[in-house]
Amino acid sequence: MPDGVAASRATMSVDAHTVRRIASLARIAVTDGEVEAMVPEFNNILGWIEQLSEVDTDGVAPLAAVIPNSLRLRDDIVTDGDRRDEVLKNAPQAEHGFFAVPKVIE
Amino acid sequence: MVSGDVTMAQAASTYRIQGATGEWEVVIGLEVHAQITSNAKLFSGASTTFGAEPNANVSLVDAAMPGMLPVPNAECIRQAVRTGLALGAEIHRWSRFDRKNYFYADLPQGYQISQLYHPLVGEGSLVIEADEKAGIPTPKTIGIERLHVEQDAGKLIHDQHPTRSYVDLNRSGVALMEIVSRPDMRSPAEAGAYVRKLRSILRYVGSCDGNMEEGSMRADVNVSVRRPGEPFGTRTETKNVNSVRFVMAAIEHEANRQVDVIEGGGAIVQETRLFDPDKGVTRSMRSKEDAHDYRYFPDPDLLPLELSEAFVEECRAGLPELPDAKRARYEGVLGLTPYAAGVLTADVAVARWFEALLAATGKDGAEVAKAASNWLISDLFGALNRLGKSIDESPVSPAQGAELLGLVADGTLSGSLAKQVFEIMLETGDDPARIVEERGLKQTTDTGAIEAVIAEVLAANAEKVAEYRGGKDKLFGFFVGQTMKAMAGKANPGVVNDLLKKALG
Amino acid sequence: MSDLTDFGVTALRDGFRKGDFSAREAADAFIGAMEAGRPLNAFLVETPDHAIAAAEEADRGRAVGELRALSGVPLGIKDLFCTAGYQTTAASHILEGFVPTYESTVTAKLFGAGAGMLGKLNLDQFAMGSSNETSAYGNVISPWRRAGDSAPIAPGGSSGGSSAAIAARLAPAATGTDTGGSIRQPAAFTGISGIKPTYGRCSRWGIVAFASSLDQAGAMARDVRDCAILLEAMSGFDAKDATSLDVAVPRWEANLSSNLNGKKVGIPKEYRVDGMPAEIEALWERGIGFLRDAGAEIVDVSLPHTRQALPAYYIIAPAEASSNLARYDGVRYGLRVLPDGANLQDMYAATRAEGFGPEVKRRILIGTYVLSAGFYDAYYTKAQKVRALIARDFEAAWASCDLLLTPTAPSAAFALGEKTADPIAMYLNDVFTVPASLAGLPAMSVPGGLDAQGLPLGLQIIGKPLDEQSVLDAGLAIEERAGFSARAETWW
Ligand SMILES: [Mg+2]
Ligand SMILES: [Zn+2]
Repeated sequence: MPDGVAASRATMSVDAHTVRRIASLARIAVTDGEVEAMVPEFNNILGWIEQLSEVDTDGVAPLAAVIPNSLRLRDDIVTDGDRRDEVLKNAPQAEHGFFAVPKVIE
Repeated sequence: MVSGDVTMAQAASTYRIQGATGEWEVVIGLEVHAQITSNAKLFSGASTTFGAEPNANVSLVDAAMPGMLPVPNAECIRQAVRTGLALGAEIHRWSRFDRKNYFYADLPQGYQISQLYHPLVGEGSLVIEADEKAGIPTPKTIGIERLHVEQDAGKLIHDQHPTRSYVDLNRSGVALMEIVSRPDMRSPAEAGAYVRKLRSILRYVGSCDGNMEEGSMRADVNVSVRRPGEPFGTRTETKNVNSVRFVMAAIEHEANRQVDVIEGGGAIVQETRLFDPDKGVTRSMRSKEDAHDYRYFPDPDLLPLELSEAFVEECRAGLPELPDAKRARYEGVLGLTPYAAGVLTADVAVARWFEALLAATGKDGAEVAKAASNWLISDLFGALNRLGKSIDESPVSPAQGAELLGLVADGTLSGSLAKQVFEIMLETGDDPARIVEERGLKQTTDTGAIEAVIAEVLAANAEKVAEYRGGKDKLFGFFVGQTMKAMAGKANPGVVNDLLKKALG
Repeated sequence: MSDLTDFGVTALRDGFRKGDFSAREAADAFIGAMEAGRPLNAFLVETPDHAIAAAEEADRGRAVGELRALSGVPLGIKDLFCTAGYQTTAASHILEGFVPTYESTVTAKLFGAGAGMLGKLNLDQFAMGSSNETSAYGNVISPWRRAGDSAPIAPGGSSGGSSAAIAARLAPAATGTDTGGSIRQPAAFTGISGIKPTYGRCSRWGIVAFASSLDQAGAMARDVRDCAILLEAMSGFDAKDATSLDVAVPRWEANLSSNLNGKKVGIPKEYRVDGMPAEIEALWERGIGFLRDAGAEIVDVSLPHTRQALPAYYIIAPAEASSNLARYDGVRYGLRVLPDGANLQDMYAATRAEGFGPEVKRRILIGTYVLSAGFYDAYYTKAQKVRALIARDFEAAWASCDLLLTPTAPSAAFALGEKTADPIAMYLNDVFTVPASLAGLPAMSVPGGLDAQGLPLGLQIIGKPLDEQSVLDAGLAIEERAGFSARAETWW
């Protein structure tokens, strides 16, 4: 989208409802108190990073690689796996060679 | 090729759902996930072999341990490019991997590495064959919007424990191609034909084994309904349907469900659904309810993927003859019927077997193609069906088949003898010549021997001879049968005919 | 024999080689200092067994004439590096009890070079912070104090355990990681040297990720030569990291030279921010004088987008972090919080709510927001475009100079708690270090002097991609002239 539009989109300020939605997207449980505290803080930080909209970036390609470098590909050889004990070693709950989680209804 | 831009006149599908308030047209688009044939996973060195012990084919990368990083598998990229070329699609020289962020127990990283903004392969298309009976009057071009490479997720097992689900990450990180069609299909039959054709192309290219039972190919089915001619309705996506039959059943049910909802005054919600093969119904998928904001962004662990012209050309040069071209050649050069050409080219294994058979005859293909295709389609397929075997498991080799055809061609065996010999080949695995030799199944053209038998037959049936000579020509067949029977089927039918005519005057 | 804890990497390596003392003696000396230094809370885990085993191996090796690059040198390891068999938490509760079965590429290289590990160093949680006040295991306290004042001072962050341990002589050197200044700012706050190499020099494999396109491991030590030795051992191509640079590691130490004849050093005018404390101005002028004296030509340069670097950074880093930290979900390792009757998604939310500290949550939420539907282009894409402009600014500057000299931080170290109330005030600490991070450039901080209250101030040198040598050389030139000998006296 053109930067102008981008800027105006970004300037919308954040309310408690948005903070709750974002927290749930990020899977972080928040109390009403926390949400209350976060709203102004959120708007502060967003307002501060707002200054970016002043920069004219028309026709500028977003940075793809910090240092010029090309993506190397691996050969198709099996070099890993077969280490189930290591994989499960730190699991809070592992049973019969599986990670266990609360029952999921799909 | 862009959807709608077609190579031949296409008759529109007449498939309609008869609702209480009138006719409805179904609009179908498919996202097929095909597992790329590779030894190791897309971003880790763990094996992709099917059916291993739980979490045995898992590296620390696949389990998303802290600090682990992805490194792409070259073979997976190569196969995706070859597939794109086989679909006549543009290969993007510059593409990139993006992260699709969502939380689920089968997704250890908390994101799937996929390609949204810059997929590896752009627009292409494939053609589904005409099939009158299935309501596909003419061949139809189905547009393909894109093909991108991404990671598969792990597997959840729900039936091992009353209150827990178990996580197996063996599939986590296995390479997939997601092939996204345009919403160009208008009936379950067209969707079925599309999946079959796509599967055929992938198997020809060798980029996917097409094994739907083992989950190598799954389809996300996007369905909406509309009044004929009106704009598209709201679509639902039914995930991971794993057979052609189920794809068609899922569309059938989902389309009818949508018609019922709309005619009942309701509205269709854009949602992810699940197909239940046992009940043959689709239902809303609770686990994906709030997963609609995926926060895609370029994976900062990976640089853009840049392909050289040389690499793409190398992939193009390495492509095999594809089903459409092969089919045309069989009809043209080999002079086979459209039906035979279709049957022989539908699956790459059958086509390979057929071509090995032609080669083994040592003759010019056009000369033996008809006999060979008839024998393969009727005799060999018949036997394989009986034995419940695939062409790759055939007890008879192409060389043996060619030898058998040779014995028929040079008059050593009559058609009926050939069938006897073939049955013995199936049981013993012996070469046909040897069987003919050992069992003396060679047909005879020895006129003396045949004349002697004819004399006996006529003598034994004097009154029938009289009737025949009295004008009852139909009896000729009777004498032929008697003669052949007396010679245990080994007499050359042509010679028998000639000599009988002479003997009956 | 003088106290071995007064020795840096070079002195320990060379003294050990000469046979002045055994590796075991050196290890024991630092283990003693580490234990005595507990009040600073610099170490999260002490691993004397590891240091001693490495020392004894070094001693056995020396007996048969086998000497490696770091034989006899014990090190502190920032607890962001996964270490096989030793708990690695990134100073977060969410990784409590996590014991990696694997060794990060960088620590494997260091241990392969003969170094031993004294312990895992405290840091800002997931390296998110500039004062080490976000650790789930308590603040690190700088050994430094303001003159006539015993208020605890921040060691800087996120590598605050590393900086405090080195400044307090609890370790001769340590690993650090730098995402927006996490090596350079703490080095400046504690009067030591620290270098962040070109992005891609050190493998990121096995380092707990914060922001993948910015994270880079580096060396922190008492002086420039020690940094060169350590960085040489840490660097090198790694096929396991797709962003690793496939280039040879130069012999930085052997080639060290403080002669800057023919070098042009640029002074970016945009770094003269309004309200810059006079003593920072003065420090900068002093640094300019040092480099001129070393033979360098000083030129004025402009980096027009300097002011936008920080806001761009605070979009890009949190966005990447929000995704990188999604794997901490209580399923495969670390903390799991499962309230009664909770389903899977409840478990995620509860685990992450309890496991992450406030600053980590703040950044995950900001990152989630800027990537969320409808805002991606306005924030993330925009920030990456600005980042491209910032990289171009540096490109343009290299046309007229070989190096850049700036202050490392806008102020000396502050007292603990002084800036915790206002996130943005805290973020502003990185205003001078973030631009080089966004451009992936090598940069280092060396001590330049003390402020009026007796706290250290650092000077930053920024170099061209892969030109760590010039950065180290300029650092050495400053070091030789600044004659920085002040040290925090032992109050703990
Ligand atoms: Mg889909
Ligand atoms: Zn997909």
